[in-house]
Amino acid sequence: MEPFTVVRGKALPLDHANVDTDAIIPKQYLRSIRRTGFGPFLFDDWRYLDPGDLDVDPAARRPNPDFVLNDSRYAGAVILLARANFGCGSSREHAVWALKNYGFRCVIAPSFAEIFFNNCLKNGLLSIVFKDNDIDDFFAAANRGEDFMVDLPAQRVVVGGRVYSFEIDPFRKRCLVESLDEIGLTLDHADAIHAYEARRHRQAPWLFSSS
Amino acid sequence: MAARTLYDKLWDAHVVRRESDGAAPHGDSAIAATELIYIDRQLLHEVTSPQAFEGLRLAGRRPWRIDANLAVPDHNVPTLDRARGIPDPIARAQLQALDANCAEFGIRKIDLLDVRQGIVHVIGPEQGATLPGMTIVCGDSHTSTHGAFAALAFGIGTSEVEHVLATQCLLQKKAKNLLIRVEGVLGRGVTAKDVALAIIGRIGTAGATGCVIEYAGSAILDLSMEGRMTVCNMSIEAGARAGLIGVDNKTIDYLRGRPLAPQGALWEHAVQAWRELVTDPDARFDRELMIAAADIEPQITWGTSPEMVVPVGDRVPDPASFADPVKRAGAERALTYMGLKPGTPMASIAVDQVFIGSCTNARIEDLRAAAAVAAGHRKANTVIRVLVVPGSGLVKQQAEREGLHEVFLAAGFEWREPGCSMCLGMNADRLAPGERCASTSNRNFEGRQGQGGRTHLVSPAMAAAAAIAGHFVDVRRL
Ligand code: SF4
Repeated sequence: MEPFTVVRGKALPLDHANVDTDAIIPKQYLRSIRRTGFGPFLFDDWRYLDPGDLDVDPAARRPNPDFVLNDSRYAGAVILLARANFGCGSSREHAVWALKNYGFRCVIAPSFAEIFFNNCLKNGLLSIVFKDNDIDDFFAAANRGEDFMVDLPAQRVVVGGRVYSFEIDPFRKRCLVESLDEIGLTLDHADAIHAYEARRHRQAPWLFSSS
Repeated sequence: MAARTLYDKLWDAHVVRRESDGAAPHGDSAIAATELIYIDRQLLHEVTSPQAFEGLRLAGRRPWRIDANLAVPDHNVPTLDRARGIPDPIARAQLQALDANCAEFGIRKIDLLDVRQGIVHVIGPEQGATLPGMTIVCGDSHTSTHGAFAALAFGIGTSEVEHVLATQCLLQKKAKNLLIRVEGVLGRGVTAKDVALAIIGRIGTAGATGCVIEYAGSAILDLSMEGRMTVCNMSIEAGARAGLIGVDNKTIDYLRGRPLAPQGALWEHAVQAWRELVTDPDARFDRELMIAAADIEPQITWGTSPEMVVPVGDRVPDPASFADPVKRAGAERALTYMGLKPGTPMASIAVDQVFIGSCTNARIEDLRAAAAVAAGHRKANTVIRVLVVPGSGLVKQQAEREGLHEVFLAAGFEWREPGCSMCLGMNADRLAPGERCASTSNRNFEGRQGQGGRTHLVSPAMAAAAAIAGHFVDVRRL
């Protein structure tokens, strides 16, 4: 995973609340057993006028001209701007893979569904929470086609000559900036896990019976 | 020790170490500490596990504790003619990946043709793989179902599935405690599903974000374990990380003798410990909500989010009646998608298909409720198809022992093999564009049951009644 430091580029404004993971990537693509190749199917039902599937060539399908992703002004956007409760619904990490595969590096919204938020961070997709009035500023700036700069080490977004600071968990920030392997980090504490298991085994042995 | 909630107790019992202290409160966005939490049980299925196993392999890692895992195929499996294999080659490859991964790493798996196969959240409790006091995870958001057993159970993404496979742990932040009390007696025809929908209608789909909900009150304790699972199942639709209900005699009676539950002296020891898994009398919750059971009517959704729900006697709302502009825009969009006009009585809406199934409502009690309504009737001619998909092979067996399948077949319903089926329409069971469905599942998102399909969430009794009448009806009038 590439480290996340500073990302510059356009933001794509997706102006709906409660965008669910079924909308981000519909179920037929969940049959894939890979982590890649989902980019062309991002927001599939909204993005195309005809139905698609894993074995249907996306290039042969009819794009929906009214959907913001097909608006050439936002081609190459690296930031997705969204409204409240983005990523609600299922736990499918395919939603995050699709956003990443498409080219987004960062999602900004007033709130996120929790599993989706976690899934983002595990894949180097920075999800940031801002207050509603900041979000309104961002939508206005995106509509004007302004460039955004997201600076994770400094925890700020710069757009339209203004600086907006954000909060992030320090551990998560370090994992993203240094592109750390979280599993490797946990395994560094194998002794603590073994000690926990020994203690827990004494208290609740039925949790460890392999019947 | 200070008084603790059930969630506090479960959390405290699973902290392995503190990873980072979080951040000081800034404005209203305090960041909680990140802690390493031990996971007692992981349930695996074919759709969200292949990439996790692949990650494990690429990193040259082995599962930390093989016996903590249990796998079953459910999301993508056909519900007809199973012995003939899986016709869709892509779906088949996914099932074969689950087989191969479980074989390679020695993980216990219930096969597609095994009578115990079923929806992962139905078979966990059924097999006794779900026990009070456990932390339980699965790459599926409705893992909250298992909270009915006082287990801290929540859905995770595939990277986290890999993390649990490799380390038996997860990095987590403690959530807030939300108490929802439902007091009093539920009216006739009002079920656990209606309780869940009424709560979501009240607090909204993000109403419990950042919280673990504990359900309490006499109406909750009066529910069977099946009903409690239905309520906890839909905690995620309220935005919660998990749902919980404290241990009582019903919890223990349900688990006694289950294949993976402890036996003999170990059982006695466990039961003693499980009795502690209730909230202390003076424990504090961050938020509390009280609902009178008598106020809950049979519910039905009208839109494309579970919070877009009304009592069956109501009409489709007018978007103009929503003061919040975001909600108004959402309602307008939903009504266009659903093909509904404001002011239409919900009971006059005709359905094309009916789906009775899913981890929300495919346990034996749900099938009994549907059969009680269907007995002696036939589905309306205008209804194209009524699918009854039991939650597991054992539920199916039990239903057949009780003759429920004969009731369904006589009514013109289809009696299928267990799986997720039309809850998410990954297999062949799905809606055609524009088709309207009365569904006992948990999500009515755009396209959820098939591209362009229109879903109305209801209880099993309401679904069966809609199948017979051809449109929604108030089950209390039958
Ligand atoms: S029945 Fe539906 S909600 Fe439940 S596990 Fe299957 S797909 Fe998920």
